[in-house]
Amino acid sequence: MSSATLDQPAASGAPTAPALLAVHGLRKHYRSGDRTLEVLRGVDFAVEAGEFVAVVGQSGSGKSTLLHLMGLLDGADSGTIALDGGRIDDLPAARRDRLRNTAIGMVFQAYHLLPELDALDNVLAPLMVRHGVLEWLRVRGAARAEARALLERFGLGGRLHHKPRQLSGGEMQRVAIARALVTRPRVLLADEPTGNLDEATGGEILDTLCDLNRRDGLSIVLVTHDAAIARRADRIVRLAAGRVEDA
Amino acid sequence: MYKLLLCWRYLRTRYIALASVVSVTLGVATMIVVNAVMAGFSHEMQTRIHGILSDIVFETHSLSGFQDPAFHMDEIKKAAGDQIAGMTPMVAVPAMLSFQVRGQWVTRQIMFIGIDEATHAGVSDFGRYLQHPQNRRQLSFALRDGGYDTVDSQSDAAKPAVTRPALEGAGWQHRRMRVERERAWRARQEADRARAPAADGDEVAAGDTPSAAGDRPLDQQVGALLAATAPADESAASRPADPFKAARPDEGRTMDPAREQFTGIVPGIGLASFRDTSGVDRFLVLPGDDVKVTFPTAGTPPKAVSDTFTIVDFYESKMSEYDSNFVFVPIAALQRMRGMIDPESGLASVNSIQIRLKEGADLDRVRDRLRQVFPADLYAVSTWRDKQGPLLSAVDMEMSVLNILLFLIIAVAGFGILAIFFMIVVEKTRDIGILKSLGARASGIAGIFLGYGLFLGLVGAGAGLALGLAIVWNINRIRAGVEWLTGQRVFDPSIYYFFKIPTIVEPFTILWIVVGAVAIAVAASVLPALRAARLHPVEALRHE
Repeated sequence: MSSATLDQPAASGAPTAPALLAVHGLRKHYRSGDRTLEVLRGVDFAVEAGEFVAVVGQSGSGKSTLLHLMGLLDGADSGTIALDGGRIDDLPAARRDRLRNTAIGMVFQAYHLLPELDALDNVLAPLMVRHGVLEWLRVRGAARAEARALLERFGLGGRLHHKPRQLSGGEMQRVAIARALVTRPRVLLADEPTGNLDEATGGEILDTLCDLNRRDGLSIVLVTHDAAIARRADRIVRLAAGRVEDA
Repeated sequence: MYKLLLCWRYLRTRYIALASVVSVTLGVATMIVVNAVMAGFSHEMQTRIHGILSDIVFETHSLSGFQDPAFHMDEIKKAAGDQIAGMTPMVAVPAMLSFQVRGQWVTRQIMFIGIDEATHAGVSDFGRYLQHPQNRRQLSFALRDGGYDTVDSQSDAAKPAVTRPALEGAGWQHRRMRVERERAWRARQEADRARAPAADGDEVAAGDTPSAAGDRPLDQQVGALLAATAPADESAASRPADPFKAARPDEGRTMDPAREQFTGIVPGIGLASFRDTSGVDRFLVLPGDDVKVTFPTAGTPPKAVSDTFTIVDFYESKMSEYDSNFVFVPIAALQRMRGMIDPESGLASVNSIQIRLKEGADLDRVRDRLRQVFPADLYAVSTWRDKQGPLLSAVDMEMSVLNILLFLIIAVAGFGILAIFFMIVVEKTRDIGILKSLGARASGIAGIFLGYGLFLGLVGAGAGLALGLAIVWNINRIRAGVEWLTGQRVFDPSIYYFFKIPTIVEPFTILWIVVGAVAIAVAASVLPALRAARLHPVEALRHE
């Protein structure tokens, strides 16, 4: 945990410091027709810096919704989300977009790579979103070097210019992880990252995540329904009926 | 940066969008071609109208005209002398032109225009439209020996075809031959009459000439006409108080038509000829022939008087309205015949003064200045544009209606872009969700599709521009190709009087067309772009 290549602050463990990412009293409902579906009914939960947390629960327990709220992709009905103790869920849209681009990395079950771009450009995509055209021309060299280094680290050095459809599921997910990490996020939110993969490939992805947590001190929130996968995490948070069950 | 990259990738991977661009391309190309051809026609027409009319026409409402043009010219010079390049007086009266063709009298309604041969060429392109090369340099109302162009002098073809073989022998040669034949014919008539004293009178014999005519009956007709009008000319001698008696040496003696001519006139070519189906001009009368003109005198009420004139040249402006209406005559002769010269002061009257302005002078300003100086109830001052206002505005109107219609075609293409973009937004919903999860702003997402529309618009308009210009620059070659392929005349010079389709490419018009097409493409992508920007990221990510 000492060699923080991704500039992550080392977990202090001091109880006085605010949690890296904390949600408090989070409620969320969906409406379909005239039925309302209460997905989250007051979730309290925090991730410390450098922590690897697994959120488990059955399908429909609201774990993906929780992750989307934490990733500022959706708005909660009530409750707060705080990053380093500062509220982030009530920020203006532009600031939220900026945070998604800089502080939060997300990995999805379906990889969600852009099919028109090759692996390298997919990894570079968040940096292109961050920079305007002129700025991009200035930082392009450094960005490409970093993206290439990340892909090489994940064993994709020979597939830089392959389109997503030419890659296997495991490779696509590793490209997606590289894309999430290239922005040097404070926290990585992973939504069933192994869900579409066979056991061996899923295990490799999980090894990669554990390695990132151990070696780089990356804070990770991993959502899964698989207890076996959850056991790889430092801590397990159980979600049932829209609330956190005490483990 | 991602906007540019994704625009580019979408452009390269979605060729269906390019299909919608084809209609933009065709619309832009059509607009460019139509505008260039219409502008070409309009310009050609305006040049011709302007070439016939001077810049500014200063005229009276009265048919009798106003006295002392020199005084008026001085006044005009005082009012706007710094802008004026040349002035010439003019007398114009409605009249009738009569000549005999194969025993039948042909009478045409004309505008009889007295011009000053020395200065008239200075205010309009009049000289350019004549058929004799020397007359084009300096008009003379004296009949030429020959050498009239048998080709169209205004054609810019390297070797224009001979379309007027009849003009080959026109001039004095034609006149002498005609007079000789006419004399021979008359001698035979005399001999016939001597043998049969009970025969009919001279006039009936003249009317019957076709039956007695030789190989060129037309000439003999005109000869007969000459004979018929001769007494009228002699009667003019008995008019009292003619101050120009000295100027008419023929007066009081019999003229020899083989060596002398009447007052020269230059009729419009449309009055004297017609074009047959093979494109050759057939002439009813030729330079050297004599015709009769009947016109009103300047008094009140006007009386009709007739006189005989000799055709010395033809006038061809290629505006059929003018070519079949105008007959030019020396102004002094017309003033004398109409009694427009004051017997006491010797001052002549004119109907109008034609004014040519210096290069770059403001027509309307000079007109307004002259209107201030000369009372509007006596004088009308108008520019050549005012004179041809209805025609020019009709052409302008046609052009704007066509432009609106064609622009609607591009607008239809815009709806095609709209539909295709909506489909692309639906297809790309997940990508939009991904980009939002990566922190892309809603405005940035909208920017992708607006930029995409801009790209498509530029591509479409650019291709349309290239296609349109290629057609415009090769339009006469294309016309020739189409004519060769179909065997049909697409563009008949005998109708339009131009030898090729005139085109003018106005950069400003083209700029407008291209900008308009691009704007339509961008406008069509606004709705899909807004829809894309408003997509909810979570729902977009779940989209299958």
